[in-house]
Amino acid sequence: MFSNILIYFVVIPLLMLAGLAICRNIRQIRAVAVTGSLALTALSVWLLIDYLALRAAGETAPMLYTDSWTWFEPLHINLAVGVDGISIAMLILSSIILLTGSFASWKIEPHTKDFFLWLILLSTGVFGFFISIDLFTMFMFYEVALIPMYLLIGVWGSGNKNYSAMKLTLMLMGGSAFLMLGLIGIYYHSAPAGQPLTWNLLKIAENASISQGWQYFLFPMTFVGFGVLGAMFPFHTWSPDGHASAPTAVSMLHAGVLMKLGGYGCFRVAIYLMPQAAEELAWIFLILTGISVVYGAFSACVQTDLKYLNAYSSVSHCGLVLFAILMLNTTAMTGAIMQMLSHGLMTALFFALIGMIYGRTHTRDIRLMGGLMKIMPFLAVCYVIAGMASLGLPGLSGFVAEMTIFVGSFKAGMADYLAGEGSLRLVFTIIACCSIVITAVYILRVVGKLLLGPVYDEHHLTLTDATWWERTSTVVLIICVAAIGCFPNFFESLIKFTFSPSIFAVIGMN
Amino acid sequence: MDITLPLLILVIPLFMFLLLGLVGMKMSHRLAGTLGTLGMGTVLVLSYITALTYFYSGAPEFITSAGERLQYTVFNVTWLQFTDSLVIKLGFLLDPISAMMLIVIPTISFMVHLYSLGYMRDHHGVYEHGFQRFYAFLSLFSFSMLGLVVATNIFQMYIFWELVGASSYLLIGFYYKKPSAVSASKKAFIVTRFADLGFLIGILVLSFYTGTFNFADLTSAPVDGIADVSQVSLTTAEGIKAMFTNSPAPMFMGASVMTWALVLIFMGGMGKSAMMPLHIWLPDAMEGPTPVSALIHAATMVVAGVYLVARLFPLYLMETAALDIIVVVGALTAFYAAMVACTQVDIKRVLAFSTISQIAFMMVSLGVARPEFHHGLGYMAGMFHLFTHAMFKALLFLCAGALIHAIGSNDYTAMHGLRKYMPITHITFLIGCLAIAGIIPFAGFFSKDEILTACFGHSIVWYIWMSLVAGLTAFYMFRLYYLIFWWKEHKVENPHHAPHDQPWTMTLPLVILAAISCVAGFVPFGNLVTWNGHPMFVNENGEMVSTFFTNLQNLDWSVAGISLAVAIIAILIATAMYKKENPLPAKMKNALPALWDWCYHRFYWDELYQFITHKIIFGCISKPIAWFDRHIIDGSMDGLAIVANKASEAIKGFQSGKVQMYVWFYLIGALLLGAITFICLL
Repeated sequence: MFSNILIYFVVIPLLMLAGLAICRNIRQIRAVAVTGSLALTALSVWLLIDYLALRAAGETAPMLYTDSWTWFEPLHINLAVGVDGISIAMLILSSIILLTGSFASWKIEPHTKDFFLWLILLSTGVFGFFISIDLFTMFMFYEVALIPMYLLIGVWGSGNKNYSAMKLTLMLMGGSAFLMLGLIGIYYHSAPAGQPLTWNLLKIAENASISQGWQYFLFPMTFVGFGVLGAMFPFHTWSPDGHASAPTAVSMLHAGVLMKLGGYGCFRVAIYLMPQAAEELAWIFLILTGISVVYGAFSACVQTDLKYLNAYSSVSHCGLVLFAILMLNTTAMTGAIMQMLSHGLMTALFFALIGMIYGRTHTRDIRLMGGLMKIMPFLAVCYVIAGMASLGLPGLSGFVAEMTIFVGSFKAGMADYLAGEGSLRLVFTIIACCSIVITAVYILRVVGKLLLGPVYDEHHLTLTDATWWERTSTVVLIICVAAIGCFPNFFESLIKFTFSPSIFAVIGMN
Repeated sequence: MDITLPLLILVIPLFMFLLLGLVGMKMSHRLAGTLGTLGMGTVLVLSYITALTYFYSGAPEFITSAGERLQYTVFNVTWLQFTDSLVIKLGFLLDPISAMMLIVIPTISFMVHLYSLGYMRDHHGVYEHGFQRFYAFLSLFSFSMLGLVVATNIFQMYIFWELVGASSYLLIGFYYKKPSAVSASKKAFIVTRFADLGFLIGILVLSFYTGTFNFADLTSAPVDGIADVSQVSLTTAEGIKAMFTNSPAPMFMGASVMTWALVLIFMGGMGKSAMMPLHIWLPDAMEGPTPVSALIHAATMVVAGVYLVARLFPLYLMETAALDIIVVVGALTAFYAAMVACTQVDIKRVLAFSTISQIAFMMVSLGVARPEFHHGLGYMAGMFHLFTHAMFKALLFLCAGALIHAIGSNDYTAMHGLRKYMPITHITFLIGCLAIAGIIPFAGFFSKDEILTACFGHSIVWYIWMSLVAGLTAFYMFRLYYLIFWWKEHKVENPHHAPHDQPWTMTLPLVILAAISCVAGFVPFGNLVTWNGHPMFVNENGEMVSTFFTNLQNLDWSVAGISLAVAIIAILIATAMYKKENPLPAKMKNALPALWDWCYHRFYWDELYQFITHKIIFGCISKPIAWFDRHIIDGSMDGLAIVANKASEAIKGFQSGKVQMYVWFYLIGALLLGAITFICLL
């Protein structure tokens, strides 16, 4: 079992949990958190290199490092693992955000140990989710990632934290209910009559035995189930409240990684297993996600709380992820995955910075702050860079992701239009393009009010700039954002192989 | 051609940006400034070598034996691959217009770097706060602008297009503690972003139909025998047009899809080049330091729109409807901006509106260009004007900077009669004014004359219109000149603090640019830059003729004479009105109060935009959406929770623990069941 590299993505967090349990002071806790997340980062980078080497050597299987260990034979539940380019991208993203999140919660109080215990447990769920290819274990890890959120927000949060924690957990659990129904449905149609049923993603896709009729039922179930976590309109309202109340590292992990579970699941389960229904029913969700994109952006324009603003901006950006996935076209889907990476990194950066600013000024209301550039130049410059990434400046990650999505979606839309199949996709693509202008409006508004101009509050003049651990956290994230923005072709080729023609032959994807 | 030089042209400014941006604050001001200037100086030398090699080396990859100039791709590397055919590459394209821009951008940029060494410090020699940052941003801008002009494909152009927009944002907002600068930078970015949305959609449409981003595949055909070399070709453009007409949906809302694509791309150009109605950001952009205005908002970035149209010119030729739109937009903008420039008080605003008007001249020139008329004279004239305008407008802005530096105010009301105190600035400013007014033999005369000739060849209406605007140009420039340097004696309270000329770092760029403005008109542009690479001035044997007097010999004196007369009359009127203090201007103002008011308030465009953004977008869209989200969507989620809560409240009484109650329920239940059984049995 331990000969498979993937299993260590779960083993290391578990070891970290054990290590934390015996920690006696804050230094040891930090040491465990940082060492563990560094080990995870190193592991994911090593996995990436090895994966590319295998691909270069001519491996053509859809997933590599596949393995399966029986867990509960009567129900065919296995612990099955395997990764492709997309999962590796997500693993790297998660480990980097865990690392920077640990630095960002350097001084978290009180109950430091418990905080890290829950945080690491949450990460165990995240990593487990991304390496699983067995629907049952995938769902189990999904739940492991969601539940600690309740405590993390409820105990270490701020503001109306009980309400937010309850709302977030209940709404996501509601999504899980749909999802579970969908997954069980998939299980019962996972193999042609007479053959043993399976939870294994690859086998289900190979069998392709879910009938058209059942797909119409199961596709919306799973898509909505994951879509709630992906902040799809109108199920996004947990996001503003949840993010606003969550402590910094939790906001980072949640917006940076957990929301990606939604997009990843929509792609990996809903679309991958039920392509016909995806094609037939895409229009419903295209409308919803298209609305998310502009609706989130417009809402962000008038927010006064930094975290609310960023949460709505996430609704807009994550909406774009689901929107692009639904285009069912290689370019747009590649863009969607890049957008997941890009949004994960830059939102984590945003939330880290907001946490740092809040820790100093004790307010997140942009009307009560101003001219921070003069007081804390380092944090302010990082904020501007994050903003520029968000509004899609070339050289940073947002641009490449958005452009790939727009080119792909436009292609899908025009193909529909020219074939006389209506212009819904085309119209919504153009509407989604408009978000680049609205994003510029709300980003520059907040940069102008918060960072530039005269100092608003005299008391802020005594505040200090970033400490070394805060610098580490932000600099690592900025380097990653710039790396994607400057060398997109590397990530593009990493992701693209996943959409090999054989997988999507069934819906004639181009 | 070796790729080292072209590569260095791009790498050095980028490296300077990173160096000054990351460790600039650790350096002394002087070191940072010197480094930035030296870096730009190196780029200047390298670009000159590259451009002159292109124009004069006669190598087979640059020019055919028949004297046709070719397009040469120095390098082209894949950056992002969307599909097999849609690939963003980053490359370096050398052709007449990019080589010309390789002269213009580094020249102005170097002058501005040098000038800022003196400008960005006060009279006691103390450097401005953020001096290093200023040089870092200047380097970023130079990098982006150079990347834009050498783009080998339209997406590379879009990438650098966004980057110049961002560096412009950073530099307009350089004085970030000043609220007006912050809002001006925001406005500039958002307005141009809105225009870029059109550009982006235009690119998407064009690339979908044609399956390529490459300029080489859109507007030119490869030349046999030499790698990476192509030649502008109408056949290719016709092929592109055929792709549109043969597609299942060639028309959209009454116009051809290709026209739509080209107009949308032009919209991007309208934003960057400040064409009406997207011009509103440029006057406000004057909040930035004056050297920045000279570099970005007069000479280089704002002509990117013109450059874009010129780059895709063969495609525009295929859809003359798009060219007609360009002419109308350009002509209206030129007239509007010239009218407004006649009434402004802030000298930088006058220059800004003058820039808008002059760029509109270039646009009109491209719009009226047709291959049938003098081998596409309008194209050559537009590029020529771009070149000369960059020189004299940068000169005028740098002079304005010297004045502002000396006086400490932007208003001419604080200046008046400065000619005795600042003689060098006076002479160089006068040269700039003569050049822009179109007085022979200064640079603007030749380029503006070619534009008017091209208009004349296209339609008499636009010719008269543009001549009128040229007259207005001469009028408002000399109005400005007289109000700054003449009008009345300058009042000096303290003789020790009398305004005076500036240090050599500021004077030298003025003198150099003034010298260029005097002679640039004699450059035989028709043999260097034409739309298809064919030389314009040839003798009977078809050989290129390029002497110092070529331009002069090829003048169409019927047009040139009239435009010269118009300019001189306009200057005389300005002299009569503004040379000495007199009531004439006030009388004029009172005679047409409404017109004056509208011009002074720039025809209330800003108020209109203010209304649209604040009242409609924020007030009628964003606020209601945010309210809807909090109260309706979120309210219904909370409503679910409340319903669940109420329902459980309502039924929790059943589990009271009172045995008597349970007995009652048992009895009622049993009776009910009995009754149901009884009814069913009946």
